[in-house]
Amino acid sequence: MNFTLFLPELYFLILALVFFLLSLGRESAGRDQGIALFLSAVGVCLVALVLNERGEMFYHAYRVDLFSQIFKLVISIGFFLVVYLSRGLKGLDERLYSEYYMFLALSTTGLMLLVSSVELLTIFVALELSSYSLYIVIPFRNQSGGRVQLEAAIKYVLLGAAATGVMLFGMSYVFGVAHTTYIAELARKMPDLMGQPIAIGGFVLMLAAFFFKLGLFPFHFWLPDVYEGTSNETAAFVATMPKLAAVALLLRLVALAGAGATDLIQILAVIAALSMTYGNLAALVQSDIKRLLGYSSIAHGGYVLLGVLSLNDVGYAAAIYHISGYLLMSLACFLVVCKLSRAGENVTLDNLKGLYKRSPLMAFTLGIGAFALAGIPPFVGFTGKFFLLSAALKQGHLALVIIAVLNTAISIYYYLNMVRMAYATEAEDMSALPVDMASKVLGFALIVAIILMGVLPYTFVDMARTAIAGVL
Amino acid sequence: MEHFLSGNQLGYPILSILTFVPLIGALIMLVLRGDTVSRWWALLVTLTNAGLSLSLYANFDTSTFKYQFIEHHSWIPSLNINYTLGVDGISLLLVLLSTMIMPLCVLCSWTYIQKRVKEFMFSMLIMEAAMVGVFSALDFVLFYIFWEAMLIPMYLLIAIWGGPNKTYASFKFFLYTLAGSALLLVAIIALYLKTGTFSIPMLMEHSYPFAFQFWVFLAFALAFAIKVPMFPFHTWLPAAHVEAPTAGSVILASVLLKMGGYGFLRFCLPITPMASVHFMPLLLGISLASIIYGGYVALGQNDMKKLIAYSSVGHMGFVTLGIFVLNSQGIEGAILQMINHGITTGALFICVGTLYERTHSRMIADNSGIGKLMPIYITFFGVFSLSSLAFPGTNSFVGEFLVLIGAFLQNKVVGFVAIPGAILAAAYMLRLLQKIVWGERGPAPVFDLNAREIITLLPLMILVFWVGFVPGPFLEVTHASVARLLEQVQAGGGVPLGGLTLSRIWHMLCSLC
Repeated sequence: MNFTLFLPELYFLILALVFFLLSLGRESAGRDQGIALFLSAVGVCLVALVLNERGEMFYHAYRVDLFSQIFKLVISIGFFLVVYLSRGLKGLDERLYSEYYMFLALSTTGLMLLVSSVELLTIFVALELSSYSLYIVIPFRNQSGGRVQLEAAIKYVLLGAAATGVMLFGMSYVFGVAHTTYIAELARKMPDLMGQPIAIGGFVLMLAAFFFKLGLFPFHFWLPDVYEGTSNETAAFVATMPKLAAVALLLRLVALAGAGATDLIQILAVIAALSMTYGNLAALVQSDIKRLLGYSSIAHGGYVLLGVLSLNDVGYAAAIYHISGYLLMSLACFLVVCKLSRAGENVTLDNLKGLYKRSPLMAFTLGIGAFALAGIPPFVGFTGKFFLLSAALKQGHLALVIIAVLNTAISIYYYLNMVRMAYATEAEDMSALPVDMASKVLGFALIVAIILMGVLPYTFVDMARTAIAGVL
Repeated sequence: MEHFLSGNQLGYPILSILTFVPLIGALIMLVLRGDTVSRWWALLVTLTNAGLSLSLYANFDTSTFKYQFIEHHSWIPSLNINYTLGVDGISLLLVLLSTMIMPLCVLCSWTYIQKRVKEFMFSMLIMEAAMVGVFSALDFVLFYIFWEAMLIPMYLLIAIWGGPNKTYASFKFFLYTLAGSALLLVAIIALYLKTGTFSIPMLMEHSYPFAFQFWVFLAFALAFAIKVPMFPFHTWLPAAHVEAPTAGSVILASVLLKMGGYGFLRFCLPITPMASVHFMPLLLGISLASIIYGGYVALGQNDMKKLIAYSSVGHMGFVTLGIFVLNSQGIEGAILQMINHGITTGALFICVGTLYERTHSRMIADNSGIGKLMPIYITFFGVFSLSSLAFPGTNSFVGEFLVLIGAFLQNKVVGFVAIPGAILAAAYMLRLLQKIVWGERGPAPVFDLNAREIITLLPLMILVFWVGFVPGPFLEVTHASVARLLEQVQAGGGVPLGGLTLSRIWHMLCSLC
């Protein structure tokens, strides 16, 4: 077996083991954080090195191609950014630091396995690995006597388990009609079967677990509560990483249905429209920033689905582009949330008051992040949305595209409100916000990345297009 | 592609320079320290840009309709999106207006803005980059990017440095404009899917089925009508004008509103000619409504800024009227009227701003009788007021006169209905002038204009008379492009010159209701 194919997964598994060993000894917060930061940075380099590996493993259940490697790269970058921005881990008990990093690394390993899995049971196992690690991490928080975070954790576990159950149920139907669990074979058989209600039903149920991860409409109930209940740092992880893998799997699985699956597309279109509208409308009235970002992420899930359901290379590339851009935009906002929170408590809109004076760079980061999420050019959010809309319109989904652009207009209200709070209000306490140099560097890097990726998208889009050529 | 793009006469990419000098200036601004330094830096950058833009005018070839000073680079090849810049007779004057007005905006906020000066000037420079970009972009995606990006600095100008009701005004401004341009994006993508290009000149070359034009036109018209603003969509304008700081009001009036008129000329008429002719009666009706409505509402205002804001609705009504009478007099008049409105209304807002700095009130009652105390100020204010009501010899007279000729040529009734608008303008401006100059109650002593304020207003006054007495050079620039535009509309839609009868208008309005 060629081990370079499996290198990223192996590396993150070892990373988790390192933290397991560290957790056995005496705790030392600074040491744990330093090691986590260093090892995650090495991880990014390592994944970048194996970007061009191709091959199959484990009896064709596991495929390494450009598609999976791009996602692994983005996931490793995401992991690095989350570890980097959560430096300080104000919301967590110091004794839990090494366990925290261990579970995050395990979850990341699961996500990496997930994007390479091309067999239904492998997908299931990888998904569970990533989910279970997260279930444990959600309640790690030293706030308000433990009620809120436990509630969040219970909701996440119960609804997550339910979604997985639904997925398994759907998979059984798919296996029933197609007699295989291999994606390569399903791709041959499914297009002919998609006329049968049982195949469509099974197929949609199979997608449920990924709708859940992405927080799409009927599976979104956990999302705002988990964002609110868990620590700011964990929320940054939950908000970005599982979504990347969920999009990858949605792309892989929906591609199976073939271009003729109009019923499936209809169902996806309804889910997309409801997610966008519901997410944006609910976000309008939020005052807790994490909840607000939670609802905004439901809406963004809907936007990404536009690319998925257009079932062509442009749409798929747009979905990959947009979810990667979402990682940057979302983390820019979470960075500000983490820095604003004094002892790991939640941050409300009122806490943003006077931010322009307390920390001009953090205010700027939040402003860019918010405008990018709203889809204002020249930021990455606009470019992504533009690609998604183009792809969907090309397939003739005019109504859906109009719903999407109207949603942009709705959503601007709450994004603008964040900017207004940060820039146009004065606070009683105008003392400078303590922001360390490293966070400033990260804020600056995120701003530059959001603008550059928005203005010069072609390298990434071309790469994404090449990658999905192997999937379609 | 060569038949509508002529090369770059200059050896250097002038339009990119005009767009990116303010942008780079803004970035350098970030590392500067101190309010005074920021002010001087902003002035230097805007003046440099204004100076550079003169070479556009000097080297512009008036004999051709082709786009000039072209820059063309591939940007996103997979979607055929290019970085294409160029100007023709329609956009040249608007680019110049944008670059010329900016140094004056910096000057007029010299003392008006006292807090967060650096951020203010930063927003102004970003604004300038976006404005030049909007008028010179020849790729639809590039245009849209500038069009939307401009909202951010303008929002900040109102939301941070605005008056007491700034939150409401800034949100309304942003929401209105964004909602309007949401469907514009859909129309742009639809056009791309139909033709495979985002290049604006190439989109004009295609002919589209009527049903397609119908919807694309509506999407365009909504975005541009909100920006102009035309009658039922105008409510964001008074709010934004009243709350915005002086420089914000000036930019809003002088340049932002022109983007709507420019949009109609650049996109609606040539890309969707059939639909333009189809909707012509409706848009003429709305334009007339804007003229009359704006005039009447202005008549009843006590707040000077609000009065001028509503007068803008009326003046811009003349612009859209001129555009949609679809003849050369009307369209040339409309372009000139856009420039005139930029000069005159911009100047009036600066005047109100200088008065506000002295009396801390924009109410007419609080500022009445100021004439005896501020003779120099009143000279300027008087000239700009007369210009606003299109007094012969001033710039607006020429533009409005041309628009009215165009209207009468097209349809006498339209012309007749527009005339009261001109009279209303005289009524509300003279009422304002009378109260401010000769009003009863003398206010507390105030100082007359200082040298900086005179320097700010003087160029605008010169322009008022220059355009008023010698409009030739300004109109000459537009001739070839307007002729070409009308050819395109004629070829695509068949302009009913003078064929617009009352019954047809009535029929149209009925069918739309």
